[in-house]
Amino acid sequence: MTERVARTVGLPEGLHARSSAPRGSYDGSFFLRRTLAVAAAALAVAALGVLSGVYVGFDFVQAILDVPGGFVWMATQFVPSASSLQKLDAILPALGSTVLASVASSCTAAALAYVCAVLGSRTVGVGGPFPQFVRGIASLFRNIPVVAWAFILLFSFKQSEFTGFFALFLTSFGYLTRCFLESVDEMSAGPVEALRACGASYGQIVAQAVVPMSITSVVSWVLYMIETNIRDATLVGILTGTGIGFVFDVYYKSFRYDVAGLVLLCIILVVIVCELVSNFVRRRIL
Amino acid sequence: MTDGPKVELVGPAEACSSVAGGPRGVRTSRSGRIKVHVASRSNVSLYAVLGAFALVTVFALATMDYGKVPFPEAMAAATGDFVTMMTQPGLGGHFTLPDVVEGLLVSLALALLTTFIGAVIAFVLGLVAASNLSNRAASNAIKVLMSVARAVPTILWVLVFSVAIGLGPEAAVTGLLFHSVAYLVKAYSESFEEVDPGVIEALRASGASWWQVVFQGVVPEKVNEMLSWTFIRFEINFVNAVAVGAVAGAGGIGYQLFLAGSFYYNIHEVGLIVYLCLAVAVVLEVVATKLRKRYIVQR
Repeated sequence: MTERVARTVGLPEGLHARSSAPRGSYDGSFFLRRTLAVAAAALAVAALGVLSGVYVGFDFVQAILDVPGGFVWMATQFVPSASSLQKLDAILPALGSTVLASVASSCTAAALAYVCAVLGSRTVGVGGPFPQFVRGIASLFRNIPVVAWAFILLFSFKQSEFTGFFALFLTSFGYLTRCFLESVDEMSAGPVEALRACGASYGQIVAQAVVPMSITSVVSWVLYMIETNIRDATLVGILTGTGIGFVFDVYYKSFRYDVAGLVLLCIILVVIVCELVSNFVRRRIL
Repeated sequence: MTDGPKVELVGPAEACSSVAGGPRGVRTSRSGRIKVHVASRSNVSLYAVLGAFALVTVFALATMDYGKVPFPEAMAAATGDFVTMMTQPGLGGHFTLPDVVEGLLVSLALALLTTFIGAVIAFVLGLVAASNLSNRAASNAIKVLMSVARAVPTILWVLVFSVAIGLGPEAAVTGLLFHSVAYLVKAYSESFEEVDPGVIEALRASGASWWQVVFQGVVPEKVNEMLSWTFIRFEINFVNAVAVGAVAGAGGIGYQLFLAGSFYYNIHEVGLIVYLCLAVAVVLEVVATKLRKRYIVQR
């Protein structure tokens, strides 16, 4: 507990230890030193920020001046016009297929990731080199840029809905495996131990203890992944030429900003509805 | 996150409490067998959600357009490309190693700049959005605004701003900022709301101004948690900076990855760039996980 207090104060450990004041007496420079430490940290981060700004040639003043103009431009150009409403016939099916692909990729990735997470868990896994192996695979799939996945898949699978689905599947798999590993490892060990003591087989332990204890957090993660995938589907769609991202890209690159604005509005609506639904579901299942 | 044990408890606890169910307070079925699983409301909802997931997935997979390429051949080709990419990374004459490293540094700098500016903006907005430091109306207004900003994919913000204010680092950073700010405001305001109300009340009672409450009561208690969240966002921003560079031409290693993949079709160069991104991402991930374990997940 004392260690935690020392840390909360935001002081480097050395400074704290060197304090000459005996226990219980008033240390007048305490607040001054604390303020200085926080200020020094803030200054160091600010210096790094300025350094990287100079490195990429970021003009801070220009950016501040440009942003309101950008918003005005957006508000005038991206307003859906009456003629753009006719394009809804093309937009809505693409939106539907994107949502379906996002849900399907999250769920299939979750199923596979859950199997990997249980087998690779440190507490209820099969042991041996498996935990390291699963963690390595998860990290690899999660950290390869989605851009690279899109190219590899586009070379072989060409332009089809499946390509977009598969790219989302691969990144979701890496991310979900990592999350599930944490959920399974954080589970309390009591029920597993009790079942083991009763002579339950590995399958029984998984079915009666591991799955019931982790299923709510798994569903919660899948809901989060669906939301993330709907947003990421736009990027993947632009790269692989599928779904709503492709529709946006086509209108955006042909300067039909009113239609692009309509697509944007549809995406915002779907993401917000998805967030509301998943919040509702989370409240019901917990 | 670990709400698992609750579900496990619901069954037996309810079974024991409903004494009216049968002899000795145990729920039995008509044939006299003891009911092990009790259909509580949350369990029924859980099964309904799982069923809905399964149905939608099956429907989506059944109606999906699989293209004209036979699946096994395409899969074999993709696996072959993947193996080539991961086992034979190298330069193909389009870039030199210094070019690629410079691209990596540009992506890192864009991510750092976005995180820094985003953290400053998010700190102020987070204070206003925290319900214990601000009034209800302002807090709700900021929260709604942030959820709208979060609903637009990052890449669309960047595309829109690269037309509105012209290509360059300004457009990339501005576009990346929206999500950073929205994410950090949520993280900061939630951690501010966890501050012990007694601390704030004590400061207010001794006549501290609002800024004094913030800088003497709230910030010292939450500074480590804020820094951890900021670093986690930095990790996400790096991934986003790579993706944005590829699609919006905002520069950095993402743009080189896009050129190597879409224009030169050089799988070896893609492999080299992927390895560089992977190295940075893994380092950031390890640090972020450590920070999260140490300062955020303490329960």
